Amino acid sequence: MLNAIMLTGLRLAAAAPKGDHGGEHAGDKAFPPFDPTYFPSQIFWLLVSFFALYFILGQVLLPRIGETIEERNNRIADDLDSASRMQREAEDAEKTYERALADAKAKARNHAETTRQSIDAELAKELEIADTQALKQAEAADIRIRKIRTEAMANIDNIAAEAAQATVETLIGKKITLAAVKKVMG
Amino acid sequence: MIAAGLDPISQFEIHKLIELKIGKFDLSFTNSSLMMVVAVVCICAWLVLSSKRALIPGRAQSIAELSYEFVANMIRSSAGTDGLRFFPFVFSLFIFILFANLLGMIPFFFTTTSHIIVTFTLAMLVIGLVVLYGVWKNGFGFLKLFWPSGVPIILKVVLIVPIEIISFISRPISLSVRLWANMFAGHVLLKLFAGFAISMVTALGFFPGALGAIVPYAMTLALTPLEFLVAFVQAYVFALLTCVYLSDALHPGH
Repeated sequence: MLNAIMLTGLRLAAAAPKGDHGGEHAGDKAFPPFDPTYFPSQIFWLLVSFFALYFILGQVLLPRIGETIEERNNRIADDLDSASRMQREAEDAEKTYERALADAKAKARNHAETTRQSIDAELAKELEIADTQALKQAEAADIRIRKIRTEAMANIDNIAAEAAQATVETLIGKKITLAAVKKVMG
Repeated sequence: MIAAGLDPISQFEIHKLIELKIGKFDLSFTNSSLMMVVAVVCICAWLVLSSKRALIPGRAQSIAELSYEFVANMIRSSAGTDGLRFFPFVFSLFIFILFANLLGMIPFFFTTTSHIIVTFTLAMLVIGLVVLYGVWKNGFGFLKLFWPSGVPIILKVVLIVPIEIISFISRPISLSVRLWANMFAGHVLLKLFAGFAISMVTALGFFPGALGAIVPYAMTLALTPLEFLVAFVQAYVFALLTCVYLSDALHPGH
C-alpha cells in the first residue's frame, strides 16, 4: 500500500518536469547534491562560516556560559558549606546550653540542700534552748509550790490548834493556852 | 508551472546570489552559502540573547546552559575529561549541523547538509583533527590504533590490522554519507508526499482529488515531526561519533 503510493508519487513527480519544460535544459542537468560545479564555493563558504562560528563560540560565547555555570556551582557549594557550618555551630550552642542548664540545676540542688541542713540545725538548737528554759522554769515552779505547801502545812497546825483551843474553851469554859494545845497535839 | 515546483530534486539546486571568482575557482556566494551564514548568525544571536549570566537562569538561559552541559557530558562520557579540550570544536560542530538541519525544515529554505560535499568537508575536518592531534600528541604511538593489545599476533597481522585500517578509512565516508543521506532522503520524501497531495487535486479536481490527497497529506503530517527528530538525532550522532574518534586520538591503545 505504502509502496504503491510512493511509487505513484515518484512517477508523477518524475513525469511532471519532463512534460513541462522538456527541451530547455535537458540532459546536462547533474544530480544537484553531487554536482561538482559548486564544490569549491561550498567548501569555501562552509569553512568560512564554520570557523567564524568556532571562533566566536570558543572565544566569547562558550566561556561566558561556562563561567556562569561554574559561578553558580561554586555559589551552591559555598552555600552548602556555610549551611553545614551553621548547623554545626547551632549544635555546639545547644550542647553548651544544655551543659549550662545541667550545671545550674545541680548548683540549685546543692544550694537547697545546704540551706535545708542549716535551717534544720538552727531549728534543733532553738528547740534545745527552749527545752532547757522550760525545764528551768518548771523546776522553779516546783520549788515555789513545795515552799507554799510547807507554809500552808504550818498554817494548818496553827489553825487546828486554835480550833482545838476554841473547842476546849467552849466545852469546859476554861481557857487553855495555845502552847498547851500544841503540846497535847505533839 | 506547479509541476516544476513538484520536482523533489529541484529543492537541492544551487543558485548563485553573488558572483565571486578567485583564480580558477568559482567561490560565488550561493543560496547554500547564505543558509550557512544564516545558521551562524542564528546560533550567535541565540547564544548572545540567552546568556545573561543570571544566577537563577531564565528559560532561554536554561536552554543555552542545557545545550552546553549536554555537549560537555557527551564528550566526558565518550572521550573522557581530557576530551574537553575539544569542547568548542564539538559544540560548534553539533550546533552548526543542528541549526543547518532545522533551518532546512522551514519551507523553501535550502538545507546545506543535504549536499554530500558539505557533510564530507565536515567529516574531513573531524578526521583531519583526529589524525593531526593523534600524531602530535602520541607520535608513532598513534599507530597503536591499528594494533590492539590482547590479540594473537598472527591474527592481528592477518585480520585485525586490515580491518582496523579499512574501518578508519571508511570513517569520513560513513560519517558524511549518514548525515547527507538522512537529510536528503527526508526532504525528498516530504516533498514527494506533499507534491503528491497537490497533484491529486490538480489532476482530479477538488472533489475526488481532495479525498485522494488525504493519505499523502497525512503522510506529510506524520513525516514532519519525524524529520525534526532526524534533524536532531543526526546532529547528535555526528557529534557523538566525533567524540568517539577524538577519544582514539587521545587514547590510541584501546
